[in-house]
Parts: sequence; structure tokens; C-alpha cells
Amino acid sequence: MTALTTQTTPSGALRRFSALLWRHPRFGAALLLTPPLGWFVLIYLAALVALFVSAFWTVDDFTGEIIHEWSLTNFITIAGDPTYRAIALRTVGMAAIVTITDIVLAFPFAYYMARIAGPKLRAALFALVLLPLWSSYLARVYSWRLILSNDGLLNWSLAHLGLPALNIGYTNWAMWIVFSYIWLPFMITPIYAALERIPHSLFEASQDLGGRGFRTLRKVVLPLALPGIIAGSIFTFSLTLGDYITPILVGGPGSDFIGNVVYANVGIANNIPFAAAYAAIPLVVMCIYLLVARRLGAFEMM
Amino acid sequence: MASQPAPVSGEIIVRVNNVRKTYRSTVAVEHVDLEIRRGEFFTLLGPSGSGKTTTLRLIAGFELPDSGMIEINGADVTKKPPYDRDINTVFQDYALFPHMSVAQNIAYGLETRGVKRADIITRVDEALRMVRLEGFGERLPAQLSGGQRQRVGLARAIVNRPQVLLLDEPLGALDLKLRQEMQSELKRIQAEVNITFLYVTHDQEEALTMSDRLAVFNKGRIEQMGTPVEVYEKPSTEFVANFLGTTNILDRDGRRIMIRPEKMVLTGSGDTLAAAGYHGEPGIVRDAIYVGMFSRYLVELSGGAVVTVVQQNLDRFSASQARQRGEHVQVSWRPENVNAL
Repeated sequence: MTALTTQTTPSGALRRFSALLWRHPRFGAALLLTPPLGWFVLIYLAALVALFVSAFWTVDDFTGEIIHEWSLTNFITIAGDPTYRAIALRTVGMAAIVTITDIVLAFPFAYYMARIAGPKLRAALFALVLLPLWSSYLARVYSWRLILSNDGLLNWSLAHLGLPALNIGYTNWAMWIVFSYIWLPFMITPIYAALERIPHSLFEASQDLGGRGFRTLRKVVLPLALPGIIAGSIFTFSLTLGDYITPILVGGPGSDFIGNVVYANVGIANNIPFAAAYAAIPLVVMCIYLLVARRLGAFEMM
Repeated sequence: MASQPAPVSGEIIVRVNNVRKTYRSTVAVEHVDLEIRRGEFFTLLGPSGSGKTTTLRLIAGFELPDSGMIEINGADVTKKPPYDRDINTVFQDYALFPHMSVAQNIAYGLETRGVKRADIITRVDEALRMVRLEGFGERLPAQLSGGQRQRVGLARAIVNRPQVLLLDEPLGALDLKLRQEMQSELKRIQAEVNITFLYVTHDQEEALTMSDRLAVFNKGRIEQMGTPVEVYEKPSTEFVANFLGTTNILDRDGRRIMIRPEKMVLTGSGDTLAAAGYHGEPGIVRDAIYVGMFSRYLVELSGGAVVTVVQQNLDRFSASQARQRGEHVQVSWRPENVNAL
């Protein structure tokens, strides 16, 4: 007994502390969580709260000073001005269309990767999907600008094929193509993960019970891939909502996004309260989107 | 449970003719011939990798054979997909659709075949009653125990009233007690629905107790086919003899012979049973194991071979009467219980 106790004494304090953590697992968890939680509350939530609060302030037109008084002026301006309404609708609409496009493009690709391709081909496809993410976002958008501009690669190729030129550079079409391209990996990856987890026997069970390909897809594969589709759509939808670089680089004169208005108000107009109010729109839209997704049971399955 | 008379004659419902299947360079099955009769409980028995599951999957249509032919109910289905075969499968991992309720799972096959809504409801209820899961229709598979999931898998297949029900080690994941319960349950259900059962297992006891007939697989081929009694009592190969129970294999007079441990008798060293028509050999007890219902002895015969002898403990066991390690004994058996290999 004595031999045992002497053996435990050398690193006494550390051992006692470790034993304390072992006896009280909650204490250990609290210790582990405090730094990230503190960061989250202080930096992230506090910034959001500051954004919301400042949205209710206004700016003195003459002095440019922020007036710290509660007012709905910013929101009334946004709701009343057709330009701001159009920009908000364009942003949300583009986010929705890009999301749908990416689902349609990503699903067959992810399905092929997860269920049909062999291990080597799958790894190669994965690399191809993720490779663009290693290069700068800006460089990729610029390269699309070169492809889509009126004397760009697209029209050059069309001319060589004897087809009429497509003047889609600097239009919403260009934005649609570029957004769909840029966010595609964020849709493929979660759908792939969801499809990959479906046990092979479920496909066989469906066939065994008389289900042909389409029925198996509709009744078994799609419902089980839904969490992945929702996860991917959260990426594509929110990333499009918040973007302001693509509209500048490939969008036309009438292609402003919410982000561009926010940027202009923060920088040039120096109206931070208005920028905050306008920036609240994508946040609210995203919250509604997540609530709807939860209603659909997207976060419960599997 | 094998007491029911086996349907000796009768029409052939599944015919497998000289089927061969390879995966890349390995041969999964070859020269497989089977004739399964209507209403039969037929078992494919063998160790893992012996080809029994491959054979089942070929019949189900999940795999296509390289050569050979498969007939179900007189129709050639060799090249047909699973959804064009009048069979259903109970999967080893149950393969229940996790996003559907128990009732939706069971209704799936009926819906694909365009059965009317009202009929679906009655048939699903009937299937739930048959597997004793009344009132579980609204649950999700995740809310069920392993045994209950297995019953749902069974109900989902049976509700379609297929010509043949394929069962791929359906009880493999259950614990012993539940497995024994489900064994008799399966026999009850088979009698009730009168469907041909084609059953895959690696459990020899399960195969013996449940089957009308069975085929023993080894290395992609069928080693022996017959009733449980035929296969156990008259195994045609050493593999079958060893896979179904234990056996003693001896070389006598230039032949390899086989005797089951329970068909050997252990007596005192001078005590030959020659008068009763037994053949006897002297030996020394090397090990004695008390198992309760019986005792198992390892006896080294004078020729050097070690045999296993099982003696029933018909009277209350006492250590003083039992054969001791090192004791000289006589091992005897009746010549008619010997199988030549």
C-alpha cells in the first residue's frame, strides 16, 4: 500500500487535476469549450447584435455623424424604394436559381462518384471537383470574364463552329453561369457524402420489391440524399446571397447585389446604419430558409 | 422441427443448371445444379466464401451468372433483373428503408406492383399480424430492436406472396435465444403462407433443424445435397462430415473411414463388446470434458490416432465413475455406423 502511494506522489498536482477531470467530466468539457464559446459569443454574436442595433440608427445628412436614436427610417427606405426592392429580389432570386442549377448539376455527378465509379476514378473525380478551390476565387471569376466577354473564348469557339455569337458577357446570364460554377463543389461534396452512406442493400431491396430505376431513385435515393442536398443548398444559397465580387466583375450595369449596396454605403456613402439594415435582409432570408428546411425534416434523417 | 414430411416429389419451382460466376479472377461458384421443389424449406449451407450467398444472389437477380441457366416457376430468368422475378428476399442487414415507417416499408412492394390502396392496407395489416408486430406500423425502423426489424424485413417480403422467398442469413445478427425463437417462428410462417423458402446459413444446427433438404457448399461447389438425416448420417465427403458436427476419421485396411463421436462406446480396457457385434480398439484417455448433458473424451487409440468419443450422462454424473485421464479403455463401434469415404 505504502509503495503504491509513494508511486503516485511524484507528479502530484497534475495527477490530482487529471483525476478531478476524470471524476467530473462536465468540468472537463466546460474547460474545453470555454475558449471557442467565448470567441463565438464575443466576436460572432456581438458583431451580429451590433449589426442589428446599428440598423436602427441613422446618419445626419450634413455632418455624416451617426445619430444614436431608434428609428425605422432605413427599413422604410428599403421597403419603399423600388431600386432597393429590385436589388434584394435579384439577389435572392439569383441565389435560388443558382442553388437549383447546382442541385441539378451536382446530383448526377455525385451519384456517379458515390455509387458507380471505382475507387481510383472516384479519387480522381474528387480531386477535379476540389482543385478549383485551391486557386483564387478572384482569378476564377476573372477567367470567366475572359471566356464570356464579347471577344472571348466562348464567342471565338462559336464562330469557329459557324454559330452566331452570344453576347452574354456582363449580364445576369453571366452571373448565373459564374455563380453556378464557383459554388458547384460545395453542392457536390455534401450530396456525395449523403449518397455514399446509403447501404447498397437498400438499392437491392428496392429492386427486389419490384422497383425499377426511376422508382428507386424517387422513393429511396432522393429522400435519403435530401439532407446532403439541403446542406449543399445552404452553402450555394448563402454564398450567392452574400457575394458582391462576381456582380462587379461579370455582371452588367443593372446587376447590383445586396452586397454591392452594402459595400457602397460602407465605403463611399459612409452610411453604416443603412448598410447594416440592408445586410439584415440576407440574414433574415437565410433564417427563413433554415426554418423551412427543418420543417421538411432535413436535419432529422440519418 | 424436421418432423414434417419432406415433399419428396413435386414440381420444381427453382432450377439452377450448371451455373458459374467469377469475380475478376476468383471463381465464386461453378457447376452448381439445384432443383428446389414447391413448398420446400431448402437450405444452402456452407462456411463463408463457399458460394452459398452468391448462389442466392444469382437466383435473386442481384448478380448475373457467367454461364448456366436459372429457371423460376418454369420460366428462364437467367438474364432478368430482380424486379422481373417472382421472388422476394429477406436481407441479412434487414435493408429496411430508414425514412419510411414500418407500414410504408411493407407496402413498398405492393405499391410498385400497383395493388389498390384498400388492398394494400389490409395486406399490410395481415403481414404485421403474421410476424406479430400489430400496432408497430407507424414506427420508424430506428425505433425497433434487431429482432423486430428482422420481422419487418420478413413481412415486407412475404406480403408480396412471391413464388420463392430467399433468406440470406436472416438470423445471423441476432443473439442465440432470439435466433432459436425466430427459427420456429420462420417454420410457423412458412407453414402458414405455404411459400418455398430458400435459406442461406453457415449454422449447421440451424440447417439441420429447419430444412426439408439442404445443399452443403464448399469452395464454390455443392459437395452434397439431401435431407438433414442423409447429409448427417451419410456424409459423402470429409468436408461435409466435419462441417456438420464433429467426426472421427481413421485409416483402416487401406480405407478412410468415418465414425461420429456419439456412435462410439467407451468401456473398461478388458471389456470388449465383440459379442454384441461391435468392433473394438484399445486406447488411453487423453482428456475428459464434462459438458452436462454428455461428456466428451479424447482417446488415443493404440494405432496413434486420437478420436473424440461422446458419452451421454444417462445417470447422475459422479467423478469417481467417469473415465479418468490416462485410463486404459476400449473404444467400440458398430460396423454399420461406419462411413467409408
